[in-house]
Amino acid sequence: MIERSPIFNIVTYATMILGLLLVLTPFWIVIVAGSLSLQEVSQVPLKLWPSNHLLENLEVAWTRADLGPKMINSLIVAVGVTVGKITLAALSAFSIVFFNYRARMLCFWLIFITLMLPLEVRIVPTYSIAANALQPFQVILDTLGITWLVETVSGVRVGLEWNLLNSYTGLILPLVATATGTFLYRQFFMTIPDELVEASKMDGSGPLRFFFEVLLPLSRTNMLALATIMFVSSWNQYLWPLLITTDRANFGTVVMQLKALIPAQNGTPDWNVTMAGALIIMLPPLLVVALMQRWFVRGLISRDK
Amino acid sequence: MTAITLSSVKKRYQKTDVVHGVDVEIESGEFVVILGPSGCGKSTLLRMIAGLEEITSGTIAIGDTVVNNLEPRERGCAMVFQNYALYPHMSVAQNIGYALKVAGMPRAERDAKVLKVAKSVSLEPYLDRKPGELSGGQRQRVAMARAMVREPKVFLFDEPFSNLDAKLRVAMRAEVRSLHRGLGVTSVFVTHDQTEAMTLADRLIIMNAGVVEQVGKPSEVYNRPASLFVADFIGSPAMNLVRGFFADDGYFRHGKGGMIHLPTIAPNLLSKEVSVGVRPENVRRVPAGTKGAINAVVDYIEELGASRLIYADVDGSRIVAVDSANDALGTGMPVHFAFDTADLHVFSNDDGRRLDIATGLAATAALINA
Repeated sequence: MIERSPIFNIVTYATMILGLLLVLTPFWIVIVAGSLSLQEVSQVPLKLWPSNHLLENLEVAWTRADLGPKMINSLIVAVGVTVGKITLAALSAFSIVFFNYRARMLCFWLIFITLMLPLEVRIVPTYSIAANALQPFQVILDTLGITWLVETVSGVRVGLEWNLLNSYTGLILPLVATATGTFLYRQFFMTIPDELVEASKMDGSGPLRFFFEVLLPLSRTNMLALATIMFVSSWNQYLWPLLITTDRANFGTVVMQLKALIPAQNGTPDWNVTMAGALIIMLPPLLVVALMQRWFVRGLISRDK
Repeated sequence: MTAITLSSVKKRYQKTDVVHGVDVEIESGEFVVILGPSGCGKSTLLRMIAGLEEITSGTIAIGDTVVNNLEPRERGCAMVFQNYALYPHMSVAQNIGYALKVAGMPRAERDAKVLKVAKSVSLEPYLDRKPGELSGGQRQRVAMARAMVREPKVFLFDEPFSNLDAKLRVAMRAEVRSLHRGLGVTSVFVTHDQTEAMTLADRLIIMNAGVVEQVGKPSEVYNRPASLFVADFIGSPAMNLVRGFFADDGYFRHGKGGMIHLPTIAPNLLSKEVSVGVRPENVRRVPAGTKGAINAVVDYIEELGASRLIYADVDGSRIVAVDSANDALGTGMPVHFAFDTADLHVFSNDDGRRLDIATGLAATAALINA
């Protein structure tokens, strides 16, 4: 829509600025509050101009919430989820789009349905699986009577157990298994012209070669877009890490630690430290988005073909 | 040198037959063009030769090998696609050399070959560019170079020029022709453009609705179309085709009581429902009152510059004639046409096949001369 009148321009700018303010004000408040001293942060009304205590607040937050090791934990989880997700998504979409087999549509729909079942909805069964990842097999063995058979014959009771609680695997795997990435990749793969597939067949390249030498390079922007989304969303995970990690000292993530920085009901109301902690914690995803935004936008919108 | 033999090749998708049993021999080193309207199964046939489509029944042999169950890469064919199908993320050199890379050829040898082929299609200055930075004609040349570099036994072209503009198409046609002369590789070229087909082909395969209508040299196909479809499809403007029957009084009856004096017909054709055809370029204007002339009324005229096309009505049947006279002629005016009986084509209305009238015609032609 092209509209050129001064009034319309003013309205457009006003709307944009309003939207920008709406988005940026919370950030501003975090930055300001993070730089105040304990006295200043307790004042009413809230101060809206930064003071000079930022560095000491950051230091207090860093040590109090043990952010160093927790950062590493969060990084391991976020990178693990991102890499796992991209691998899984690219491979499953490759199979669904380029191969013709009987259960193809069934597989696609099974994956697609998980879009409607986010982790929060299936958190209880997911937890129970995480507590013993081999439980489904145990159930199968029990129902088929194999457990009983083995027990009567050999006297040994078959008990399969693989505990994922308090482990990186447990933190990462359930977050990897969702459909968003597969879906994004499928949409991209469907835009690849058939002739390109056929040309590579004529050139003698097999499916794997086609995947690595043609599809992956072509989907680079998609990959980076997906990586950005996945990194940010897994960094921000709260519920799942909280649930699966009882050993906080070793496997806690930064977002869980943020909760620990919130002043207790009757404790010192040092919100300045909380906000400084929030600043540290939101820095990595911000950096990732800032570095990737060029690719991110391209990957979601255009196709350079 | 490699011949291609297709014997009763069929293709069926679920319930619909797309190709109904094709039997063709393509000789070694020949340039064969498969021509037909869209949806006639010509591309499917080509893709079956390439190995991109499975063959429902029948056999395809390239050289002495039946290739039905061979993968595309094992068939020794190279293909040029309609939309070029270049790898967008690879440079021109990488595109051309990809097949060699897949085949595991060492880098130095590969580079030398790529360079040689690129030179032959004058792509040398563009080797480092991406396909996106090239024009349509250049991309098509990359596609051809990519096919050539493998030194295949067979070249397959799937409507390669349909995305190019008219001028470039003519240039590329000449290029493909000289390429074929130079390499002498058996080539199969699919197109729906009859000019392209006529100019390129050693032999034409005309297809319609999954059936081969005629196989022959371009001149044969033009001069002796084997069926009503071929007669109508080849030639522009299309052949005049008039439905009717030969009465035993020496007249051909058609349209709304129309009668054309055609006493020169084999007796076996009498009273049969047929279509007779004459090419517009074989219909000539004659002065009024000429004996045996066909009287027509002008519907409209198309000026072509050097000549004009007269669309005329003959008792309810449409006749088109190429006319090089430039007298004033307009809608509604009377015109008179004649043609040589040697230029007459007769087709059965039952199965659309050509009916042989030669013997009958020869006899009566002699009679007229006497």
